[in-house]
Amino acid sequence: MSASLPSSQKPRFKDTSLGVFVSQFLESPVAVVALAILVVIISLAALAPWITPQNPYDLAQVDIMDARMEPGEEAFAGYTFWLGSDGAGRDLYSAMLYGLRISLAVGVFSGLIAMVIGTVIGLTAAYAGGRIETLIMRLVDLQLSFPAILIALMLVAALGKGVDKIIIALVAVQWAYYARTVRGSALAERRKEYVEAARNLGLSPARILFGQIMPNCLSPLIVVVTIQTAHAIALEATLSFLGIGLPQTEPSLGILISNGFEYILSGKYWISFFPGLALLVTVFCINLVGDQLRDVLNPRLAK
Amino acid sequence: MQTDPMLAFLIRRTGQSAIVVLLMATIVFFGVNVVGDPVHMLVSPDADQAEIERVIRQFGLDRPVIEQYGLFLKGAIQGDLGTSFIFGQPAVQLILQRFPATLELAVSALVIALVFGIPLGVYAGIRPDTRSARAIMAASIFGFSLPTFWVGIMLIMFFSVQLQWLPSTGRGDVGSFLGIESSLFTLDGLRHIILPASNLALLKMSMIIRLTRAGAREVMQQDYIKFARAKGLSFGRIVRVHLLKNIMIPVVTVLGLEFGSLIAFSVVTESIYAWPGMGKLLIDSVLQLDRPVIVAYLMIVVFLFVLINLIVDVIYSALDPRVSLTGAKS
Repeated sequence: MSASLPSSQKPRFKDTSLGVFVSQFLESPVAVVALAILVVIISLAALAPWITPQNPYDLAQVDIMDARMEPGEEAFAGYTFWLGSDGAGRDLYSAMLYGLRISLAVGVFSGLIAMVIGTVIGLTAAYAGGRIETLIMRLVDLQLSFPAILIALMLVAALGKGVDKIIIALVAVQWAYYARTVRGSALAERRKEYVEAARNLGLSPARILFGQIMPNCLSPLIVVVTIQTAHAIALEATLSFLGIGLPQTEPSLGILISNGFEYILSGKYWISFFPGLALLVTVFCINLVGDQLRDVLNPRLAK
Repeated sequence: MQTDPMLAFLIRRTGQSAIVVLLMATIVFFGVNVVGDPVHMLVSPDADQAEIERVIRQFGLDRPVIEQYGLFLKGAIQGDLGTSFIFGQPAVQLILQRFPATLELAVSALVIALVFGIPLGVYAGIRPDTRSARAIMAASIFGFSLPTFWVGIMLIMFFSVQLQWLPSTGRGDVGSFLGIESSLFTLDGLRHIILPASNLALLKMSMIIRLTRAGAREVMQQDYIKFARAKGLSFGRIVRVHLLKNIMIPVVTVLGLEFGSLIAFSVVTESIYAWPGMGKLLIDSVLQLDRPVIVAYLMIVVFLFVLINLIVDVIYSALDPRVSLTGAKS
């Protein structure tokens, strides 16, 4: 792309492939706003202990007398419950930021593990070919023919509750998407000349796979990562809401919403409303960014 | 002698389905036996030592795992997947009793999703550059991102608590029509199903919009549409006859497959609206460790799924002459 630059001139950023990517991404104002909101959400979650009036899980800081305060009411300790308080007297704003931390951590972490496992399996399938490839792809097809929530329910029913178990379930649900994507693009790459050249140079299969082919499969992979992370966050929240996801000691947004559900019929909307809004905005923004990434990185897959 | 390709296709496809069911049964069996404790699965948590030993002997848990696996499969084929501790009834029977409630919820949701999704998708596909088409597409990403369970709660808050228009829990009166029992036949039942069905429909509506739009965009560029316009057919007729007919095949196929996922996802909706279907039964069973019911639910849903996939495949190949019945592709 920047092959014919005069030697005296340094390549300008917007001419590099990264620069082109960035400027194309910036073309959609919606995606830019979504990304900005996402950055704010992640910062809020990361900085939670320093920007919240209470640690909602330190019992010494929570007063049961403050339970079910409406948004704007004042706490015993003097600060204001801007978003109200929950059934145990926790400040909802604080609880939400701590909950966001858990939701984001579980979603991103399980997404990354699934990506690594799925990529390795997908690359192996593409490179090995033959029986191994058929076997792996049949397995992928089999899993993808069942909805994610069913597979997750099955695993959670067998494994039980807990952070580690929910991560295992989310990884098991997601790996197949990565494997399918990576195998698809690796198959296309495998026939290209640079792979042939690398093979003639005597590079080992592992080096060709991970050093040569994998970097060229990154674009579709990035798109899948974004969309799948959004899925993972939503799925974890759903399972936790149903009471079969994370335990009460790890209160993600789904558990906060679930706790608020029992107060809905008495009109105390805020305990469920605000955490759900935070979940919605997070997932929506990730999806918007993912949608734009797909348009920029892979014109073939355009909507 | 030449065999009928459709018959050969049916036999091969049924065989593949049977293998998938067997594979899933194996996964469920070993999942419960390796990961979970099979004794816990069979006796209630408050059984005494003598009861536990009786069950261990009765179900052959002292025998090798392979033999137990054989017994499990034998029971499964005979429709016996154990007895619920909570209800004291055969697990399969319990789930089948609740199946009609789940089915009517899923069907209602599908109808709602279609009634709204297809017109919106067709519009967005015919006029892709208008502002309203863009708004529809943005809304579909939004719908995609909405957490179903939270929307369910918000619907209750708005329509049941604030406006007090619609009931928030249960199935209401069940009426009978032509021997079929359903809450769709009574006014009270209809009032009860509106909220849960809309909640479940939301999930699929975005997908139907996107699918219909993609199909409509593709079809609108085809020569036969241009020809129909050149012939001077009215735009409405082109859309109704030429466009809809041609986008229906992919939509019907995907819908068939998605119907199974509606049944799986009704777990969430049924829990929120206390809808007495099999999804709510599953969650209650998971929370109460009623494992025979969990295993039976999983097996029945897997069976249902494979059956739906099979039916969709057969219909699809019958509808679309381009699908090769003899090809190696499954």
